[in-house]
Amino acid sequence: MLGTLTLLLLCQLFGELAARLLHLPVPGPVLGMLLLFAGLLLRGGVPAAIQDTAGGLLRHLSLLFVPAGVGVMVHVTRLETEALPIIVAVFGSTLFGIAVTAKLMAFLLSRTDPRLEEEPAAKEPVAGDRR
Amino acid sequence: MSADLHQIWVYLSASPLAGLTLTLVAYQVGVWLFEKLGRRPVLNPVLIAVVLIAGTLGLSGIDYRTYFDGAQFVHFLLGPATVALAVPLYNQFQEVRRSALALVAALLVGSAASALSAVALVWAFGGTKETILSMAPKSVTSPIAMGVSEQIGGLPSLTAVFVIITGIVAASLGTWVLNLVRVKDWRARGFGMGVAAHGIGTARALQVNEVAGAFAGLGMGLNGLATALLLPTLYHLIWG
Repeated sequence: MLGTLTLLLLCQLFGELAARLLHLPVPGPVLGMLLLFAGLLLRGGVPAAIQDTAGGLLRHLSLLFVPAGVGVMVHVTRLETEALPIIVAVFGSTLFGIAVTAKLMAFLLSRTDPRLEEEPAAKEPVAGDRR
Repeated sequence: MSADLHQIWVYLSASPLAGLTLTLVAYQVGVWLFEKLGRRPVLNPVLIAVVLIAGTLGLSGIDYRTYFDGAQFVHFLLGPATVALAVPLYNQFQEVRRSALALVAALLVGSAASALSAVALVWAFGGTKETILSMAPKSVTSPIAMGVSEQIGGLPSLTAVFVIITGIVAASLGTWVLNLVRVKDWRARGFGMGVAAHGIGTARALQVNEVAGAFAGLGMGLNGLATALLLPTLYHLIWG
């Protein structure tokens, strides 16, 4: 666990350094993720220790959003004065984004790799039309 | 006695211990309530925890900055957690390669659709420029979204709020909208949730179906990357 945590921090550190030194428009942790991904590819597998610690950290991913979420306190005034655009944009764009992404992906998969097509989607018996 | 209490209060409100403990306790209350109330997506643990903490801070008159001094230790872990996303990405790599073309096309279109529709809607309904810029990266996981927001001139803390509301909206209404557009393939359903609503969407997809969960994780990771790379570039092209 300690080893993995160190590895994650090292990847993040190198990511941050690279982003700053090379003036890349990418956050350091994302470069760190790419670095770790490249390392795993080179190694050809995920060591059990890394699998466990990364899994543990990601299982509680939503906890890590809480402190930033409480920041809503600081923005109460703005949220009140711009309530309409904010609510419309968040609801509209989120649901639009989900629909567009999933619909396009399903369409392309049905063309290229229709593997799961026959598997029923559990509950909802939607009529045969996939389009 | 009351002098003692006062001293304890001074200690607690100044030390990081209180903010950190409050965060963990509130989150676990959130998880407990979520389970207790039948895992309704609308009442997800993050929302409950945020409401509890904001309420506590409001009542006790502690400001956000003081709270954050303690809570930053939790917040900090978002960095290593982002790096750790390389692991599920690697685990799904075979699957990713098989459907690479569909993934990339859906990712680019879906990522652009989320960001552009968000920006367009804020603008159309009269939001300020700061709100527009803070809204643009809200579909991706918050460390990335906050980084992007800072780069394009938004307010990172406001972006974080939008990110979380986005996740909560997707967790609550995602299943409904996916049924509405009649997408049945679990890979596509999960990918949509991950691309449009990052970690909270992924957590929700994982509850419903394992394949959907894996593709949601992938969508979250890929859109994090795509947004981090493309949005600042797009911004500089448009606003100079």
